[in-house]
Amino acid sequence: MFKYYGKTAPYLFLLPAALVLVVFFFIPFFQTIWLSFQDYSTNIYHATFSGLKNYIDILHNPIFYKVMWNTILYLVVAVPILAIIPLFLAILINQKIRGITLYKILIYLPVIVSIVVAAIAFKWLYAEQGILNYILNVLNINSIGWLTDPKYAIYSVIIVTIWKGIGYYMMIYLAALMSVPKELYEACDIDGAGFLRKHLTVTIPHIMPTIALVTTISSISAMKIFAEIYVMTKGGPLNSTKTIVYYIYEKAFENLDLGYASAMAVILLVIVMIFSLVNICCFERGKYQI
Amino acid sequence: MMKFKNIWIHATLIFVSLLSIFPFIWLLSTSLKGSGENIFAYPPTIIPQDFTFANYVGVWHKVNLMRYFINSMIVAGGTVLLNLILSSLAGYPLARMEFKGKKIAFFSILATIMVPFQAIMLPVYLITLKLHLVDSVNDTMGFIGLIMPFAVSAFGIFLMRQAFLAIPREMEEAAIVDGCNVFQVFWKVLLPMVKPSLAVLAIFTFIGSWGEFLWPSIVLTKEAMYTLPVGVNNLQGMFSSNWRFIAAGSIISIIPIIIFFLAMQKYFISGENEGAVKG
Repeated sequence: MFKYYGKTAPYLFLLPAALVLVVFFFIPFFQTIWLSFQDYSTNIYHATFSGLKNYIDILHNPIFYKVMWNTILYLVVAVPILAIIPLFLAILINQKIRGITLYKILIYLPVIVSIVVAAIAFKWLYAEQGILNYILNVLNINSIGWLTDPKYAIYSVIIVTIWKGIGYYMMIYLAALMSVPKELYEACDIDGAGFLRKHLTVTIPHIMPTIALVTTISSISAMKIFAEIYVMTKGGPLNSTKTIVYYIYEKAFENLDLGYASAMAVILLVIVMIFSLVNICCFERGKYQI
Repeated sequence: MMKFKNIWIHATLIFVSLLSIFPFIWLLSTSLKGSGENIFAYPPTIIPQDFTFANYVGVWHKVNLMRYFINSMIVAGGTVLLNLILSSLAGYPLARMEFKGKKIAFFSILATIMVPFQAIMLPVYLITLKLHLVDSVNDTMGFIGLIMPFAVSAFGIFLMRQAFLAIPREMEEAAIVDGCNVFQVFWKVLLPMVKPSLAVLAIFTFIGSWGEFLWPSIVLTKEAMYTLPVGVNNLQGMFSSNWRFIAAGSIISIIPIIIFFLAMQKYFISGENEGAVKG
């Protein structure tokens, strides 16, 4: 094809997006790294270069380990549940039965509603004399402090994240299920395979890449949790629900310890980048081929 | 046998559907209970005994929810518009042109996918302050500050690039033979052909922007500039333990997005646009 555009045309097209990305992405990216080597803890108006001091301080901070532990809890509890339950639901919904659209709408509803309203709704369910404690009492179990007991609070928050994510991951699975060849299921029916065997031998192997994709996406989102915490617990009680993003927020915007906050941001950055790289290289390659 | 299996499937799906909407139902129920009814009653009642709209009237008068709604519309509308323009402009040369530095541009944009906003939000805030894009200067600057960090995304650029890649080259050739220059080709020939992708980008950008909480809660200082999520979170502080008002305000705040969702449902639940919303 003949070249119908001038030398400058491609750059002109890219310019507006490039400006935004440079100012609001690339400069902040490098500034985060730069700030992480600065000490603001004694004077917020005057930083001094402090090398790795912030990182060393972080490694000696028990709250940081608590925060990382909470993140690990999220990864261990929320991620497997979000990989399995939505898949199960997608399999159920991927059949010719009545009312499918309505089910999809209702299950997807939590995804589109603001996380703030979701968190408020759950805070109300979790109230001391709330409906969940009533249900526990009916079952002859004592009321628990869903958000006030350090033993349970993190799980109560994780429940909100799971509840809000199920519809989203179900739709990802549903799209993947559509690509499984129907003949394979027909073959299973002829062999007389039951529900479980049919899906273990046909569905699961076929959509393994999607299961892996869902796992990495939900891991990355687990590391970015903020709003649930901010609205429901502010990281308490006793830091039991503090996540890394919430801790960065607190250090940066409440304690104004910019260097310390940035060093934690760099740690977050490195962890998320590893997961994202796996994602892009292994599962979404087609989308990003030059 | 067949019937029995279907009953089992329906039962499971009904159960999950109820779990999905129950928190909202319970909020709705609380919002409709008058002061004559104990909202902590054991056993709890879903149907209000002392049915009233008074909480809605009360919260509507005490809190400027309409203002929050308009603010959210301005921010989400501006974010959508800029994303459509910037993503399609940037996606076009990446799909169709050969130029020096194309690989660098491509991988730089790809790199932005890997870095979460949460990790760079502090310098983004410092830059926004330096550029005076905050509500303490004036409202317009405040809105620009809310929008600009999300004015374009790698996701949008790659989505538009994919859309342009799918258009046959002959379309451009014909237009150029007819005397169009490169901008006319883009504007008059290519852009109308990628409308479905633009719609997907618009809808998912809108949902993301509408629910955004972290950034506005960092930059906003004036109550009159609050977007809905920030304003609704603020209800908790305003009405400390008046759950009737908090519930009523929360319910009002989700009505617009639910209408939007129902109107656009085919984009969300058709199974064609998966991965479009960022988790």
